[in-house]
Amino acid sequence: MEERELRALVGQVKAGTLSRRRFVRTMVGLGLTAPMAAQMLASAGIAQAQAKWTFTPTKRGGGGLVKALWWQAPTLLNPHFANGTKDQDACRIFYEPLASFDPDGNLVPVLAAEAPSLQNGQVAKDGMSVTWKLKKNVAWHDGKPFTADDVVFTWEYVMDPATAAVTIGPYQNIVKIDKIDSHTVKIAFKSPTPFWSAAFCGSATGPIIPKHLFQAFKGDKSREAPTNLKPVGTGPFKFLDFKPGDIVRGEINPNYHIPNRPFFDQVEMKGGGDAVGAARAVIQTGEYDFAWNMQVEDEQLKRFEQGGKGRVEITPGGNIEHIQVNTTDPWTEVDGERSSAKTKHPTLSDPAVRQALNLLVDRASVQEEIYGRTGIATANFVNAPSKFVSKNTKFEFNVDKANQILESAGWKKGSDGIRAKDGKKLKFVYQTSINGPRQKTQQIVKQACAKAGIELELKAVTANIFFASDPANPDTYSHFYTDLQMYTTTMTQPDPQRFMDQFTSWEVSAKDNKFALTNKTRWRNEEYDKLWRAAEHEMDPVKRAALFIKMNDLVIQNVVVIPVVARPAVAAVSNRLRDATQSGWDSNFWALAYWSRA
Amino acid sequence: MAGRGGARRHAPRRLPHGMWKYFLRRTLILIPVLFGISAVLFTILVMAPGDPFEELATNPNVPPEVRMNLRAKFGLDDPLPVRYARWVASMMRGDWGFSFVSRVNVDTLILQRLPTTLVVLGSAQLLAILIAIPIGTYSALRPYSLFDQIATTLAFIGFSLPTFFTGLLFILLLSIHLDWLPFIYRADISATGWQWYWEHVRQAIMPVSVLGLAQAASMTRFMRAAVLDVIRLDYVNTARAKGLSEGITLVKHVVRNALIPVVTLVAIQIPTIFGGAIVTEQIFRVPGIGSLLITSILANDTPVVMAVTFIFSILVLLSSLAADMLYAWLDPRISYR
Repeated sequence: MEERELRALVGQVKAGTLSRRRFVRTMVGLGLTAPMAAQMLASAGIAQAQAKWTFTPTKRGGGGLVKALWWQAPTLLNPHFANGTKDQDACRIFYEPLASFDPDGNLVPVLAAEAPSLQNGQVAKDGMSVTWKLKKNVAWHDGKPFTADDVVFTWEYVMDPATAAVTIGPYQNIVKIDKIDSHTVKIAFKSPTPFWSAAFCGSATGPIIPKHLFQAFKGDKSREAPTNLKPVGTGPFKFLDFKPGDIVRGEINPNYHIPNRPFFDQVEMKGGGDAVGAARAVIQTGEYDFAWNMQVEDEQLKRFEQGGKGRVEITPGGNIEHIQVNTTDPWTEVDGERSSAKTKHPTLSDPAVRQALNLLVDRASVQEEIYGRTGIATANFVNAPSKFVSKNTKFEFNVDKANQILESAGWKKGSDGIRAKDGKKLKFVYQTSINGPRQKTQQIVKQACAKAGIELELKAVTANIFFASDPANPDTYSHFYTDLQMYTTTMTQPDPQRFMDQFTSWEVSAKDNKFALTNKTRWRNEEYDKLWRAAEHEMDPVKRAALFIKMNDLVIQNVVVIPVVARPAVAAVSNRLRDATQSGWDSNFWALAYWSRA
Repeated sequence: MAGRGGARRHAPRRLPHGMWKYFLRRTLILIPVLFGISAVLFTILVMAPGDPFEELATNPNVPPEVRMNLRAKFGLDDPLPVRYARWVASMMRGDWGFSFVSRVNVDTLILQRLPTTLVVLGSAQLLAILIAIPIGTYSALRPYSLFDQIATTLAFIGFSLPTFFTGLLFILLLSIHLDWLPFIYRADISATGWQWYWEHVRQAIMPVSVLGLAQAASMTRFMRAAVLDVIRLDYVNTARAKGLSEGITLVKHVVRNALIPVVTLVAIQIPTIFGGAIVTEQIFRVPGIGSLLITSILANDTPVVMAVTFIFSILVLLSSLAADMLYAWLDPRISYR
């Protein structure tokens, strides 16, 4: 889709002929993120919709205890050390960012007085700075006031390499933060930054920490801070107690900065066990009110739902189960590594073979027979549909067509039924992690390929080896020492820039960089590189979106990856819980202050 | 003194002579053994694939430098002998290291979990003893009676079923179908007074019975066999002949002597019980040592895994030592050199 078409769409939203939500969905379908879509609308002067809550309380508290269940247990309570979602969510009970991302990607101010924009002049036209006005009269749980100093300090804390913060990513582009007055900060960037809300926003990287409690524990001493285990934040709940790997409890913050919130007097987040048990506890027995990330077969979830105490809530996000197609030769060793960027894959380098593979992945069956509501067949990480609204039309499963393409490209079937050309056979090793649905998907693909004369050898690796960052283990996804591999990639961060660097030529994963860089397929394309660099500094959100869509097109046209299903976030919610709205772009607890019980 | 007889007549109340020496020697041997165990454990753990920062690897917010930096900071890139030497050195100082995942000291983590595990395991063991001793004894007194047949059948079912299976069975029946008991264990119960005790008992019923019944099954069989052995012996007949009541004969002469093999069994099984507890704790979400071990293994949190497995191996050694010591107390004919 071109810039012109995008502008037309934005125009339609402005005129009221296309709904906001439809527009956001379409953009997500094109491989963009909802926050980006919201930015495009905002730039055209379309006011953002206010989040609506079904319950309007007249007083604070009185709701009793709300019980949440995570089958992975939180292990620490410093948001900048968080190991994965479980810790980020636990921290979000106590800490808050300047702004959160709602389900449509809108920026919802939390500790900020208002969301900056080009219109209100807080975002510089050249993208070199953004000014945040902070909410006044916000107090930390220990009574000290929240000020601009805390924001500046959070940046210094995260940036200190000795602190070893895992949230450093979005902060690296900041040159300095000026404290304009006690409640205003101006963030200056190294280069034009179209997505200025990456820093300090959202629960993954954005939470602000109190300067007065952490300043003695910056850098090397970061591990010793008592506040790492006893958080003092600004959030709706104050810390009560914490057992790492087991349970976190909080009690109502009587001075919370949003009037008449929160509703609940106490919150409890229990961890451990398994996903099926967690689903039962919420949906079937009602012992708990909320459970996270239901990696349970849809059939089972449906059976639990018949009990009627809870339901499953599905939130579209940016997770895509996809197959990567190696561009290098995984079977030849060059300079001590296989899949070296100096080699070319002997058979997969033929575009016809790639096209055929793309036609042989039966996404509809994968969705129907394996994932149900928890995995939606998609062609879109990539493949821009010509009609914006259709979600399922553009991928194709066609064995005959695949056969035809291979035949005309000169790949002839041998006596063993496997196609070959110049003595090279179409035999591939297809790896993934051990996980029920993944092995079933492998089977579906293998059977279809067999019908087209391609033999797949299936390989399954234990998840904690497959996803390890151990440079010495050849079975990890980052070594990619096979022809094909499949896993879920996450684009939960609100801006696709970092996510899309996995196809740039300077990110090629190799022995030299301990296989730590993101380009696992080792695909290199000059045009793509150029587009990526342009998007990095493009300030017009619509132009920028068009650039990303073009990048997606390149990736799909060259079948660098084959998307299989989009994996929405699946939460189990008690039927009595209200306003437990989930956002695919923020923490499960982003709206915790607004939760209530009927 | 007519009430005394059999083995008891010779049993001194103090520890036999030479036992202290034996105890000392056994304790000294423990030191090199522990070194050996720790070296093996450490090597296996370090060589095992996996990485505590694997979550970070798939998180695009984390630049690879940060991950490398963390690895270097926590000493993960050092060679194995260096890491082992560092571990031993800090252990000597009583420093158990800190968890990579929660960045908390390991001993704090373990101490937090220990009470729960001890309560659950202790109650399970108590339950097992309370079931096994009377049933085993009664079965032996009336071998092949209907009671014995039923008890034997149940015992066989009991130790054929693995705890993870009985655990799930209990959950399905008692929590989901009947909705009587909660199946998620919470160490923090906010109620006070009687309510607090009641809640704790309610949530402990299932994990304790799963563990306790599995234990009781094998223990019943042992008790039955031991009583059968003892009951035919001459001194029992002597006791009866000299006019002791059946009750006193049974308790003071039969059961006491029959307990010797059972006590050994209990002591030797303590590490096995911890093993069973790992599974049970995971199923019922009991925040004990076992579930700590599982989550740490899954997260590749080497220092915690190392500490917990090390504690388990110390337990194995100590319980076999304790079993040997108990022999002497129960049966003075065993001498120590």
